[in-house]
Amino acid sequence: MHNTVVIIKKQLRDTVRNKTILIQFILFPLMTVIMENAVNIEGMQEHFFTRLFAVMYIGMAPLMATTAVISEEKEKNTLRVLLMADITPVQYLAGIGVYVWTICMLGAAVMSATLRAGERPVFLLFMGAGFILSILAGACIGILSKNQMTATSVSLPIMMVLAFAPMLSMFNKTIEKFSAVAYTQQIKLLIDRMSLADVSGTGTLILIGNALACILLFLLAYRKKGLE
Amino acid sequence: MISCRDIRKSFDRKEVLRGISFEIPAGSIFGLLGPSGAGKTTLIRILTGQLPCDSGTVTVFDKAPEAFTGADRKKFGIMMDSFGVYERFSCGENLAVFADLYGVPRSGIRDILSEVGLGDAYGKQASDLSKGMRARLQLARAFMHTPEIIFLDEPTGGLDPQTMRGIHRIILDKKKRGYTIFLTTHNMEEASKLCDRVALLHEGRIIEEGRPEEICRRYDHQKRIRLHLSDGEDMEMERGADAADGIASLLREGRVETIHSTEPSLESVFLELTGRKLEEDE
Ligand SMILES: Nc1ncnc2c1ncn2[C@@H]1O[C@H](COP(=O)(O)OP(=O)(O)O)[C@@H](O)[C@H]1O
Ligand SMILES: [Mg+2]
Repeated sequence: MHNTVVIIKKQLRDTVRNKTILIQFILFPLMTVIMENAVNIEGMQEHFFTRLFAVMYIGMAPLMATTAVISEEKEKNTLRVLLMADITPVQYLAGIGVYVWTICMLGAAVMSATLRAGERPVFLLFMGAGFILSILAGACIGILSKNQMTATSVSLPIMMVLAFAPMLSMFNKTIEKFSAVAYTQQIKLLIDRMSLADVSGTGTLILIGNALACILLFLLAYRKKGLE
Repeated sequence: MISCRDIRKSFDRKEVLRGISFEIPAGSIFGLLGPSGAGKTTLIRILTGQLPCDSGTVTVFDKAPEAFTGADRKKFGIMMDSFGVYERFSCGENLAVFADLYGVPRSGIRDILSEVGLGDAYGKQASDLSKGMRARLQLARAFMHTPEIIFLDEPTGGLDPQTMRGIHRIILDKKKRGYTIFLTTHNMEEASKLCDRVALLHEGRIIEEGRPEEICRRYDHQKRIRLHLSDGEDMEMERGADAADGIASLLREGRVETIHSTEPSLESVFLELTGRKLEEDE
């Protein structure tokens, strides 16, 4: 626990200096606030931009931040120093996960300010769940890649699919069919309805399936490579 | 403290270590001397439990590396070139992360930095450090938790002579305080200056081991004496009974400025044993 807290503190200190991930953390919340206030077109879905950017945020920020942090520490070999100072891989990954999740939740809270008060808890619940899946996916990539270059080249396309498929689905039925298997698309549907009352059976199954796949992949990656 | 028996290690069929054995008693500085690519870093990684060996036995603190617990690992201080620092953190912040992990009070960080000559660099960002300052920071990190054994992998590799001397001073100072130090180097002068014992590593084997002066004496085939006389003349003679009278009379006449023996340096011993220079690249 103490070691995990040390990692979280280290990351918090790094947040404002690490420009690449700082942008990821604040870009979508900022765009949401701006667009929701600036654009008002007749007949547009209510909170259109919040719903859209929320899903893109889930698909990009946690995944990219987790991958970036882990792969940088691997490349610079600071991770090795931590492990030699008696941090266990589990403590390290927990620290990074908790850190990324917390920062993303702050971003989600900013986004939720545009919603009605009653919608906020459900919105944050969906966001929090989505972040966890993305963090697991990001950790897989971080564990499997040797350096930042490989990590970026693997995470970028995955991030694109996760973040853009839900948006493109709004315009294209074929894409919608395919993207239905992605957790970001399912969370988009949940956020569209913004309630726990009518969560669909298939949707829930797909989400659970995605969660299991992420956890399984993570465990496989971890068992195969550890943090080597 | 550290004991190795017949360690072997291969990477993709290439045998890098071919049966390494040695003992390091507590409180001494042991130097592993060898050209680049000899397997020095590989050996440190095996001793510290970062890499398993293929065969042979390693014991550190009477334990095999596989059995190291977290508490054992905290008794190590390790400085390796590949061990990075947090580039976006200052020197002080870098050490603060590890102070928290090791349970060292943060209030001591300034003193730790001063000890390695980084007293003024507390707030300096790591990415702005010179190579020598970075080495000092890595050294501070290896020593900060007063470990029992310190592994230094080419601590002065690629540094200028002045910075190198600074780092030697720190290492000798730590030695005085009873630390056990294992260091690798390809610089024979450094090895003779710092180490109580050295081992010469060549093609995966230790080809010679002992106190630096002892090794040099062992390879003193010439057994000659060189005199430098006050009139500028140099004389060389066999180091036997025959030389005694000559030298005695020269001394009596007050004509002798200096007397040298002709024992070789570690560098030339290595050259003699392997036909290769230490500093030569592969
Ligand atoms: N992880 C590795 N995989 C394959 N070969 C390696 C690995 N680590 C070291 N080697 C090889 O082992 C040899 C010894 O390397 P190293 O221990 O780094 O030498 P030194 O530290 O004495 O310069 C080199 O030929 C190097 O290429
Ligand atoms: Mg080396």
